[in-house]
Amino acid sequence: MIRTAAAVLRKDLRIEWRTKEAVPAMALFTVTVYVLFHFGLDRDSLDGELASGVLWVTLLLAAVIGVTRLFAAEREQGGLDAFLLAPVDRTALFVAKAAALFVYLVALEIVAVPAFAVLLLGPNFFDSLPELLVILLLADIGLAAVGALVSALAAETRARELIVPLLLLPLVVPLLIGAASATEPLFRAGGEPEDLGRYLTLLGGYDLVFGLIALAVFDFLLDD
Amino acid sequence: MFSKGLRPVSVAAAITTLVAFALVFFYAPLDADQGFVQKIFYIHVPMAIVALGGFVAGGIMAIKHLRTGDSSWDLRSYVAIHLSIILGTGVLITGAIWAKASWGHWWVWDEPVLVSFLIVFLLYCVYYPLRFSIEDPERQARYSSVFAIAAGAFVPINFTAVRLAEAVTHPRVLSQTGGSLPGEMRLTFLVCILAMILLFVTLWKLELTSKRASAQLKRLRTRLELRAETAG
Repeated sequence: MIRTAAAVLRKDLRIEWRTKEAVPAMALFTVTVYVLFHFGLDRDSLDGELASGVLWVTLLLAAVIGVTRLFAAEREQGGLDAFLLAPVDRTALFVAKAAALFVYLVALEIVAVPAFAVLLLGPNFFDSLPELLVILLLADIGLAAVGALVSALAAETRARELIVPLLLLPLVVPLLIGAASATEPLFRAGGEPEDLGRYLTLLGGYDLVFGLIALAVFDFLLDD
Repeated sequence: MFSKGLRPVSVAAAITTLVAFALVFFYAPLDADQGFVQKIFYIHVPMAIVALGGFVAGGIMAIKHLRTGDSSWDLRSYVAIHLSIILGTGVLITGAIWAKASWGHWWVWDEPVLVSFLIVFLLYCVYYPLRFSIEDPERQARYSSVFAIAAGAFVPINFTAVRLAEAVTHPRVLSQTGGSLPGEMRLTFLVCILAMILLFVTLWKLELTSKRASAQLKRLRTRLELRAETAG
């Protein structure tokens, strides 16, 4: 299964590398949203809960773009039929898609988080970087699992672009609560973490539960 | 198949609902602090409990559908979720009225149960566009079941997460210690929950029976048309 998943993941990443379809669009979107927040809030620099809220809401909205594209090519160009004909474990497709989404998110954050620090963040960014990296990692895992499931669910519907945000955003509210609450004290002047363990447990628990659920139900989304 | 037991359940629901109303208005004492408006508690809380129970039950029926492949379980799950969304609308409206009366605001964000309920409600509202934008009936059933399972598991996670984020101000009517309600209120509350459960089951059976009847009618009609065509 690991080999199949790795092969599909390699294919997805190669396509993304050559077409540059999802990640640049997501990155461009985040920077545009920062500009919108600058004018919408009429603030030059943010700190505390406002900073962590703007960063996390922007990242989640950008993730919607990646999730919408995740299964689009498979459906449109018949890659899925070919996969189903091959004598391989179907769960491998889910693992590969979640891993691809995870890579997209990490690539996005390499651009989007420093851009946020430059454009909007008030307090020093490097003081809190190690904690922030752990939070980003845990949030990305959960987002990748839920995103791959939602993308597969919505791929078969007539209104894919409509269903993905409506389905994904309520599902990631616990993720937003954990990530934004954990990030908020880091973005205050001084930047000491607070209640970090509690929120990291929430993020980890979410990752575990939704990872297992998605693995369990994904097979039923593929046609026989 | 679905109509079995519909009559006794509906009679029981009617009687229990009447008894519950009588108890609420004539037996349960007035709340010393909130007065008459506290009576909305006897409909708001049972409705919320039954709606959440209905969502989770819809998820369990969906598991059954995916395991057995019997599409009648998908229909059961769909009707359970459908009714729970209707009850959920009632929960949000009665909750807002109660919040306005006792806290002075229509909506209170630092109140974890109401906020969690809104998130769950918003998620389940997507069940309709998802279900009805898939045309193939077999695939529609499967996809709806996958949604129902994921969303059913989401309910407890979401309640935990929102509670972590917010200060606790909601009145804990039946807390871990067994409840701080006085005896009369407690009895009334339990009868109200029973009435709401029976009402839910009655409506659920009724809706299933009617769906089955109209499906059968459609089948018979097509057969009749076919026969008329071959005869003519």
